[in-house]
Amino acid sequence: MTERGRAERRLGWWLSAPALVAMALVTVYPIAYAFWLSLFRHDLRFPEQRGFVGWANYASVLSSPVWWQALTNTLLITAASVAVELVLGFAMALLMHRATVGRQTVRASILVPYAIITVVAALAWKFAFDPTTGFVNALLGLQQSWLTERWSAFLVIIATEIWKTTPFMALLLLAGLALISEDLIRAARVDGASAWQRLRHVTLPLMKPTIGVAMLFRTLDAVRIFDTVYVQTRGGQNTETLSLVAYDTLIVRLNLGLGSAVAALIFVVVALIAWGFLRSFGVSLEESR
Amino acid sequence: MFAVTPEPETGLGQWSGPCLAAGAGVRIQGVSAPDRWAPAPLCRAMVVALLAMLVACHDNAGDRPELTWWVFDEPSGAFRAAAANCSERAAGRYTLRVEPLPADADQQREQLVRRLAARDTSIDLIGMDVIWTAEFAAAGWLLPWDAAAATRLAVGHLPITVESIRYGGRAWGAPFTSNAQLLWYRTDRVRSPPTTWDELLGTAEAAGGAGSVQLQGQRYEGLTVFFIALLASAGGAVLDEAVQGVALPEGPTRETLALMRRIATSPAADPSLDVMMEDQTRLAFETGRPWFMLNYPFVWPSALSHAPAVARQMAFAPWPGFDRTRPGRVALGGLNLAIGAYTRHPAVAFEAAECLTSAPHQLLAAVQGGLPPTLEDLYDLAEVRRRLPFADVLRDALHRAVLRPPTPLYHDVSLAISRTLHPMRAIDPQRDVQRLRRAVTRALRSEGLL
Repeated sequence: MTERGRAERRLGWWLSAPALVAMALVTVYPIAYAFWLSLFRHDLRFPEQRGFVGWANYASVLSSPVWWQALTNTLLITAASVAVELVLGFAMALLMHRATVGRQTVRASILVPYAIITVVAALAWKFAFDPTTGFVNALLGLQQSWLTERWSAFLVIIATEIWKTTPFMALLLLAGLALISEDLIRAARVDGASAWQRLRHVTLPLMKPTIGVAMLFRTLDAVRIFDTVYVQTRGGQNTETLSLVAYDTLIVRLNLGLGSAVAALIFVVVALIAWGFLRSFGVSLEESR
Repeated sequence: MFAVTPEPETGLGQWSGPCLAAGAGVRIQGVSAPDRWAPAPLCRAMVVALLAMLVACHDNAGDRPELTWWVFDEPSGAFRAAAANCSERAAGRYTLRVEPLPADADQQREQLVRRLAARDTSIDLIGMDVIWTAEFAAAGWLLPWDAAAATRLAVGHLPITVESIRYGGRAWGAPFTSNAQLLWYRTDRVRSPPTTWDELLGTAEAAGGAGSVQLQGQRYEGLTVFFIALLASAGGAVLDEAVQGVALPEGPTRETLALMRRIATSPAADPSLDVMMEDQTRLAFETGRPWFMLNYPFVWPSALSHAPAVARQMAFAPWPGFDRTRPGRVALGGLNLAIGAYTRHPAVAFEAAECLTSAPHQLLAAVQGGLPPTLEDLYDLAEVRRRLPFADVLRDALHRAVLRPPTPLYHDVSLAISRTLHPMRAIDPQRDVQRLRRAVTRALRSEGLL
């Protein structure tokens, strides 16, 4: 490296230092502190019993059926909602991309659910499916008490998630669509490719990195699902998710040690998922270069 | 309280720490005498800020301390009326402000413990559920009552309610309201109320059909309460005498689990028993189909106003027992008043708590809000008996009632119980005695997730 290159690199570090310090303060410190706490027996209800316990909290969490059940539930909600969102989101993105009339209106109206606060959306869906106040049973001619049984409760939760976050998916995919050069599509058309073939062999391969990033963002988001489940079932009927377990341990039981261990393990789950996506999609967050 | 004089010279002498230090620093440097007491700029700014805060806190109350009473939002307004009454009686020593908490006990606790763990000084009085005493006291979130006050408060109250405020040999609250479940039944279908579970299930199965017995089977505190009450009727307890280790004696526990399974698998059970809570069972009873219901007395005024036809045929009896020698026992419910450990006005807070829990205000809560009192004599008053026609049965039930285990880890123990025994129809009495013991043991060591 030349002298000039080294100097530029140094300057780069100096220029980004304030941002790095800010990041360290608001993310690295809390993460490190949570990890530190997770090695202690530290229950706010028993202040005098505080003591170092090593990995005991992790052993306790990982040997608990509650953790594995919550992990299964979370992955189920994640897989179901992200899969449906991808398909619906792609359709919406194509629609928005091709729309010639009322482009602004279509884009704005598709975004409405995403703009609604999650708690409000969850409550609205809860009321809609309620046997006494809701309209869903009347519409379908059913007498179903949706949120009191496991599978129907999952159905409502997943439907709420899909309704709420598909616009986000659509928006990310629309950005990817806009990057594909029209010339490639026209060239494929000249070569006699049908609409399906153009989508399958031109658009989709070029969209792969975008799809990867969109799915990654949504998956990480879905793994941390909290508000919808909290509002609709509060973890009842065996619909508990990882974030609810962390909430119950930290906020309800005030067990900071055990709760921090849960939070750290959620972090590990999220990191593993991110790593898996980066490997399998060949996605790099610096793709744009 | 804070006498602030207009001249900074004299006023400053009373301020602590930083200002005096600043003044001392000036003096050491040998500045001439008139300047010696002049506050440093930082100090002056602090004084101004402090004054502004004081003014903001006390803008219309003068120097009268305002006590905040955190309690569930009692719908009839009996608590607010009591607070206003006590403020008036205090003649300027304090005023009481009610800070409403959610109706759900778990959410009340969540809000309170978060604030208490953060040493919130605004928590002066706490409307404390009877099951929180041990947890709050052990965590150091409450001020104990002195021996004289504790003795004074023990007089005239139902013994079980006095027991519910004690932990570690001290009193941590004043008994305020009590509660217990009764057996509600239909007089047009049942001639005399059953005294044992066998009789009850027999009658319901013979003629009542599905849903004729209403009780709480959802996975929540209510299921734990149901289990603890049945276990007590069977002659067992969850924790040992010292409230340290697991008791759950083999015989009574297995008997209890067998009965729970029998109830849940009975043709008279409600098909949605697994999601039933107090309010759902009340609504079901008000449809007129069920024959029996186990529930708290709030169902009575509700039936009177929502289902008068049902209310006309509705009567009450004590909980059924296992057999003639072992009558039913129930778990105590209700509210005590405790003083937060971080209050700035402890002396008047104790005074206010005594005022709020005194006979006139328990009477007000009973007559206006329908909340059963802890003072025994009130059950004999005509106005209470008009509002609570089941007063005698309730008082007897409270004399036989049990406390839920008074351990600081009660919340964890309760979760362990309700998780192990839900759904009730899947209970296996042989296997589940051991599962239950293991779950409660883990909870007592505050191990594992719940």
